[in-house]
Amino acid sequence: MKVGVVGIGHGKFGRRSDATVQELACEPFRDALMDAGGISRNDIDFLSVGSSPEYHKQRSLPGVIAEYLGMNPQSTWLTEAACASGSAAIRTAYMAIKSGMHEIVAVIGVQKMTELTTPEILALMGRVGDVQWESIFGTTFPGYYAMYATRHMYEFGTTKEQMAMVAVKNHHYGALNPQAMFQKEVTIERCLSSEKVAYPLNVFDCCANADGAACIIMANEKKAKKLNDTPIWIDGVGSASAQMSVLRRPHFIGIPSTVEASKQAYKQAGIKPEDVQVAEVHDCFTIAELMAYEDLGFCKKGEGGKFIENKQSYIGGKTPVNVDGGLKAKGHPVGATGVSMTAEIVKQLRGQAGKRQVNAEIGLTHNVGGIGQYCFVHIYRR
Amino acid sequence: MPFHYFGKVSFVPYTKVAEFADYLKNGKLMGTRCKNCREISFPPRADCLSCLSDEFEWFECSGKGRLHTYTIIFAAPTGFDDIAPYSLGVLDLDDGGRLLGWINIPEEEITIGMRLQAVPKIFEEVPEIKLYYSLEKANTT
Ligand SMILES: [Zn+2]
Repeated sequence: MKVGVVGIGHGKFGRRSDATVQELACEPFRDALMDAGGISRNDIDFLSVGSSPEYHKQRSLPGVIAEYLGMNPQSTWLTEAACASGSAAIRTAYMAIKSGMHEIVAVIGVQKMTELTTPEILALMGRVGDVQWESIFGTTFPGYYAMYATRHMYEFGTTKEQMAMVAVKNHHYGALNPQAMFQKEVTIERCLSSEKVAYPLNVFDCCANADGAACIIMANEKKAKKLNDTPIWIDGVGSASAQMSVLRRPHFIGIPSTVEASKQAYKQAGIKPEDVQVAEVHDCFTIAELMAYEDLGFCKKGEGGKFIENKQSYIGGKTPVNVDGGLKAKGHPVGATGVSMTAEIVKQLRGQAGKRQVNAEIGLTHNVGGIGQYCFVHIYRR
Repeated sequence: MPFHYFGKVSFVPYTKVAEFADYLKNGKLMGTRCKNCREISFPPRADCLSCLSDEFEWFECSGKGRLHTYTIIFAAPTGFDDIAPYSLGVLDLDDGGRLLGWINIPEEEITIGMRLQAVPKIFEEVPEIKLYYSLEKANTT
């Protein structure tokens, strides 16, 4: 039995001081119901919520969301995997449907981050590393990825210019996405001269903390065909973990959980990396997108820099990547990101992506939690 | 000695390897060795990663190694803003394992692969003792 996506909704990402978490969740939920052919809330038997709870004043999010959306007494709970919570919630829904326990599931990824100050967020995110032996030295989330970047530059000659090219591409496409936080082009020079965050990363190498929500409705094969003329099928789901402490990782040139999760997803879907025609990858930092090209097999290890330099991840290139702006331009409301990636791939495969449309039948999402402690790779097909 | 003396800001007051802080105060950098399978661990572990045995002993680590990678933190988290910018390095220890700490040499002299040594340090003694280690040029203290 296949599992399909029959409805999508995507709220505006950015600084959303106008809305509570549950109000944010309601925006894409309403749109996803409409998109799924005006399906009734009563038809949904499980609400799978993805979010990283530390950022919110409100505790136990699914409770308040289920009530606000009028989804009581249906089953609901939270799935957490840091920045990959959204994809983890999709995997929870996939397992629920695959097992036959539920037929139609709504997945909501939501996050409100701007209730906290930037130093508070830096402290919080730095603690996604090992707090016993690492955070005591003032590690930060950008700092961890920066250490990957330094080593990647050392081993492969990757340059800061190549990293900036990722930002330039993602802002180029973000400018075409009305849901994006930043809808403005940037230049390499602007990126390289932006404020330093953690050498070798500057502000423009980093995605922005944002508020936002996205929703998808998933259903089993029978219901999906009834609800939607063009359900998008989930053909492969991969999930893997890597050491919490980067000190215990095998190397600093790639994310091992990405390699493992993508292998699983490719195998289940019966495809190779070169069959992927459009991809959403986890570009929390520009170096993360370069490593993702390599770890997902779009190019060889160490050639991520050349891949962007030769515009292979642009529309018209070998594998168009993050043509909605990515985390970089769209904003990264942690729990919402994985669901947002899926909504974009569904749009692409349905042919509804407007100016940023890629002609594609097979799409991929790659969602990383923390510094690769968690990774989820999903393959979608028209 | 409670473990919360380890670090400028501590998040972990209790651990089965709290003696680490005691040793550090006395100028010793210690790792753990599994009594069952002899696997070495740095950072220390109370339970062996290889065989899950909870029988471990301490061994003194030279702290010497090669710099594997590094960064310089400009945007610091709460509790570290007063010392920013600071360099953070990952050292591949000669004795096995890896260590993350501040690099105490000028930014422009830092290169991957360079020999460094992790040296136990006392950050401040009043009002409370704070311990750490820093990465110094090898063979100096
Ligand atoms: Zn052992």
